[in-house]
Amino acid sequence: MRPNEEIEELLESKEEDFVINIGPQHPSTHGVLHLKVKLQGETVLDVQPHLGYIHRSIEKMCEASTYRNFIYLTSRMDYLSAHMNNQACSMAVEQGMALAIPERAKVIRILMSELTRIASHTLWWGALGLDLGATTPFFIGFRDREEIMDIFEESCGARLTMNYNVPGGVMYDIHPNFQKRVHTFLVNFKKNLPEYDQLLTGNVIFQSRMKGVGVISAEDAISYGCTGPVARGSGVSCDMRKWFPYDGYEGAKFDEILETGGDCFSRYMVRVREMYESVKIIEQYIDNIPEGDFQAKTKNVVKLPKGEFYSRVETARGELGVYIISDGSMKPYRVKFRSPNFSNLSALKHMAVGGKIGDLVAIMATLDLVIPDIDR
Amino acid sequence: MLLEFVIVGTCVLGMCVFLAIVFVYMERKVAAFMQIRIGPNRVGPKGVLQAVADVLKLLLKEGITPQASDKFLFNFAPFIVMVVAMLALAPIPFALGLQMYDINIGVFYISAVSSISVIGILMAGWASNSKYSLLGAMRSGAQIVSYELSAGLSVIVIVALAGSMSLGDIVESQRTGWWIFKGHIPAIIAFVIFIIAGTAELNRAPFDMAEAESELTAGFHTEYTGMRFAMFFMAEYVNMFTVCAVGATLFLGGWMPFHVGHFESFNHIMDFIPSVVWFFGKTFFLIFVIMWFRWTFPRLRIDQLLTLEWKYLMPVSLANMILVALIVIMKWHF
Amino acid sequence: MTNEELKTFITAQVPEAIFEETQYLNITVPAEKFYSLAKHLRTDSSAEFDYLICVTGVDWKDSLMVVYHLQSRKHKHVIVLKVKLTDRVNPKVDTVSDIWRTAEFHEREVFDLFGIKFNNHPDLRRLFMDDTWGFPLRKDYVDDVTIVQL
Repeated sequence: MRPNEEIEELLESKEEDFVINIGPQHPSTHGVLHLKVKLQGETVLDVQPHLGYIHRSIEKMCEASTYRNFIYLTSRMDYLSAHMNNQACSMAVEQGMALAIPERAKVIRILMSELTRIASHTLWWGALGLDLGATTPFFIGFRDREEIMDIFEESCGARLTMNYNVPGGVMYDIHPNFQKRVHTFLVNFKKNLPEYDQLLTGNVIFQSRMKGVGVISAEDAISYGCTGPVARGSGVSCDMRKWFPYDGYEGAKFDEILETGGDCFSRYMVRVREMYESVKIIEQYIDNIPEGDFQAKTKNVVKLPKGEFYSRVETARGELGVYIISDGSMKPYRVKFRSPNFSNLSALKHMAVGGKIGDLVAIMATLDLVIPDIDR
Repeated sequence: MLLEFVIVGTCVLGMCVFLAIVFVYMERKVAAFMQIRIGPNRVGPKGVLQAVADVLKLLLKEGITPQASDKFLFNFAPFIVMVVAMLALAPIPFALGLQMYDINIGVFYISAVSSISVIGILMAGWASNSKYSLLGAMRSGAQIVSYELSAGLSVIVIVALAGSMSLGDIVESQRTGWWIFKGHIPAIIAFVIFIIAGTAELNRAPFDMAEAESELTAGFHTEYTGMRFAMFFMAEYVNMFTVCAVGATLFLGGWMPFHVGHFESFNHIMDFIPSVVWFFGKTFFLIFVIMWFRWTFPRLRIDQLLTLEWKYLMPVSLANMILVALIVIMKWHF
Repeated sequence: MTNEELKTFITAQVPEAIFEETQYLNITVPAEKFYSLAKHLRTDSSAEFDYLICVTGVDWKDSLMVVYHLQSRKHKHVIVLKVKLTDRVNPKVDTVSDIWRTAEFHEREVFDLFGIKFNNHPDLRRLFMDDTWGFPLRKDYVDDVTIVQL
């Protein structure tokens, strides 16, 4: 990366700006993100995100649906961690109902969350390779993801937008095959994980594309409100599973992954190492699913008392907050989603200015942006 | 003379199309092999007709010329690239006695002609009047001009060893063993540099800066459709064949069978395999290696690409050249 | 700090602050004193709210409200700051984007959906919609085409 004075010099120069529009349809924006990028040759001088191409007004739609129904809309926000989105909403509603969920439901939620996290990270890993010009990782990542999707399909009936959580627990009990299939998955996945390192992590070209690129310091990461692997790559501890444990994560034994580099490679390593941690959590619970109800008894019509309820969940991309303001009726008065990608995106300009176009692509890939989560 | 010209021209055209179809199929199958999947398997037995179907589709597609483009240059650019790719095939000896034109400066001719293709690419990028195309073309220009040097220098190593620029003579000089075995370490270094620089000149991954689909959508051919796009595509594959054929000829003996010094009985057994099999076997092996690169490596960044050339490959090739000059003068080679 | 300590801390700064304890400590402050309080909460070492988690706009029909969720990584406490704006036509509140840079985007979102203006904001443009659009998350927003009134 060039020194800062040189960038300022370029910014001040009176030459005509070379502005290109990356997106809304572009292979590396993973959706319909539109970036206006000002260039000097290959060097990025300014990045302006333009949002709203797929804004569906989920917050407004939530105001028109009941407490049971609005949860399903949230699967469409960050569709790669649909289960965690649903969980955050269910938790906010349960908090309002002052409802304790059964132990079995808690464990099922943890298992599903961690499987979702692995599925999300494998997809991210493949897409990262694709963004850097290596096509093969995409298929390797999807090979393992597909197995998780099959597990989901069996238990939840859906592969991507699972809608498995309801206020009070989960919708159905797990499929009888669930444990067996997760065990086979774990065996295969642990065998496959070293391949991930062989294909990308150790590659010289990959490391030179990643190391020292898109650096964000811990202070800046905090100031920009970054959460999840983006902040943890800068050494900021922010894992909600550790900070404010929810739904049985108190008992889970795992390490919060922290890397101190703050560059793309650190963010990459955080996610790769998180997959190992997720495997650890799944192994811990898969044989210890307690017997009992999978759902607490609730009334058909859920009404929340007047008040405000806030729940926080660690999704695959960072902290998701669900803020419900209730006026005592069947429908929420106001629902606000604090989506992790939205805050992470705001740091993009800070990271990308001064780098090359290729760096911008690498930074976007390691931010792991999911655009529907930003546009909501 | 004229009849000869027409026959050879038709053969080259036919071969180019045939090669492109074979390479598209091969690339798809190699990619599938690398990516734990099956690859094309529906059109024809084992999907062999898939590439034919692709070509047919591209032929029938509408060729769109953007309104704001420079129409003449826009339509002219693919022809330059294609013609240059075909011209470079002229001095390559495909088999014993099968050579279009054994020019006495064959090696020089190939490196001269193949660098014209950058003009076609720059033309395409400029005439498209698209910023992505322009960026892609500029990248490609910088890249081909710089990697031309290393490729040229590594070729000179073999020229020095063989003492001739004619490809026919170079093949003949390998009757007692291929240069990669006879030429000591300098030949091996030159071979490695040649493959790297050749891949870069082809604009193929990990050096596909000019296309870089995740950065520039499709680089210099973003605005091209239909047959004109297909010409760029075909030219890339024909160029790939040329580079690999030159690599095989210079370093791996071309059509010359595997000979070990004056071990006559062994050499006779090897001679039973037809020379055309030797040539295409070696060429396809190199093509497979280049495809292997593409499907495993991530792409370099433009500044890293130029750093690699100017700071590493160039000095190494220069030093290598001096070394080989010393070897030739002292007659240390076999 | 505990909630009680936080209360005394904030009362020292803004005497007219209204407290409410639910899940977190809720503090309603007047708009003109909001910025100085926010700055103080960020910089004072005994409070040190370094994470601005979330900025929410709320339409209470008679007034508008901006809700800030703040978290301190050092002290592990969370508070909710609320600013009530009675002017519905031209609601204004000071920006905190110079204290927490993440606020720049969050405030643009609130501006886009509620029409609340943030003074001194570096780049206050609509985030999702074009400039002629109404403010869709306000309760009096009418859309005859896409919103079905039941």
